[in-house]
Amino acid sequence: MDLEITGAKILISIPELGGFMLTETVVVTWGVMLVLILAVRFMTRNLEVHPTKKRQVIAEMIVGAAQNLVGGNMGEKYLNTWYLPLIAAMFALSAGCSLSSLVGCYAPTSDLSTVLAWAVFVFVLITYTKIKTNGIGGYLKSYTDPIFIMTPFNIIGEIATPVSMAFRHFGNIASGSVITALIYGGLTALSGLVLGLLPGALGDVLSHIPIFAAGIPAVLSLYFDFFSSVLQAFIFCMLSMMYIASAADTGEE
Amino acid sequence: MNMEMMQVLAKAIVCGCSALGAGVSMIGGLGPGIGEGYAVGKALESMARQPEMKGTLTTTMFMGCAVAETTGLYSLIIALLLLFVNPFVNLFGV
Repeated sequence: MDLEITGAKILISIPELGGFMLTETVVVTWGVMLVLILAVRFMTRNLEVHPTKKRQVIAEMIVGAAQNLVGGNMGEKYLNTWYLPLIAAMFALSAGCSLSSLVGCYAPTSDLSTVLAWAVFVFVLITYTKIKTNGIGGYLKSYTDPIFIMTPFNIIGEIATPVSMAFRHFGNIASGSVITALIYGGLTALSGLVLGLLPGALGDVLSHIPIFAAGIPAVLSLYFDFFSSVLQAFIFCMLSMMYIASAADTGEE
Repeated sequence: MNMEMMQVLAKAIVCGCSALGAGVSMIGGLGPGIGEGYAVGKALESMARQPEMKGTLTTTMFMGCAVAETTGLYSLIIALLLLFVNPFVNLFGV
């Protein structure tokens, strides 16, 4: 039984450039980005005031859904800011990266580096919003809230935000791929074991074909690869929106 | 017992204990399971009472589930680290 659970494979390694490594993660992310850019270019070509083409209707549906999401969760005043395209792009990239495992690629989101980078980006955005709302003094003062003894706990709480966001996304996608690999390997071994009991040449031939491994992993893949991927992308965007909106809210009223 | 065998034995003990630790750390999966089940049950109750709130309730429920999941995922990540990264194997210069 050759069961292999590894991280991203390193395709090219250049030690001269400070140990730069081109991993599968980066290549698949480029692929997803290319597909997304091409899809967007295709859908928004030759826009008309009264849409007659299917692709423009689909594009308008996507924009409408994004507006509903951002307007409903962050408030109407964010609709015409750059948060809307940011959240939509983050959702599309996250879902696209996770769904790339459906076509047999290594999902970039099951690499902690990818999601940690996104989470740190969101954390920078939250901190920027907080400083913009309260001023740098107000931001620093919020660490001594309610009393100065609480400062270490506030710092830990602040760091926990990006860490928990990254671990949540990474853990869900990576555990899905690990469980799928385990079940696939287990079913392959089981079918080899059971069918090997058949007498003669028939058993020899059949035990090399993983019959049990057909079908059952597909059902699990529907949950782990499809449902979980879209759900995690949605949750990542929802959490970013809520953190940013609450960071912008603190100074007002 | 010569030095080489000692080293192999030490490595085996560390690997075995890492696997045990991974298993023990996954006990942390209990909490989120109970918590999420409770959240989904409450959401179903409210949906039965007010079916027109279904959309909002489902979204909020998934959000709550995702946040409640975090502690379980921390233990999952510790388990994955112990199983696949083996941080303690080279600890004693073995």
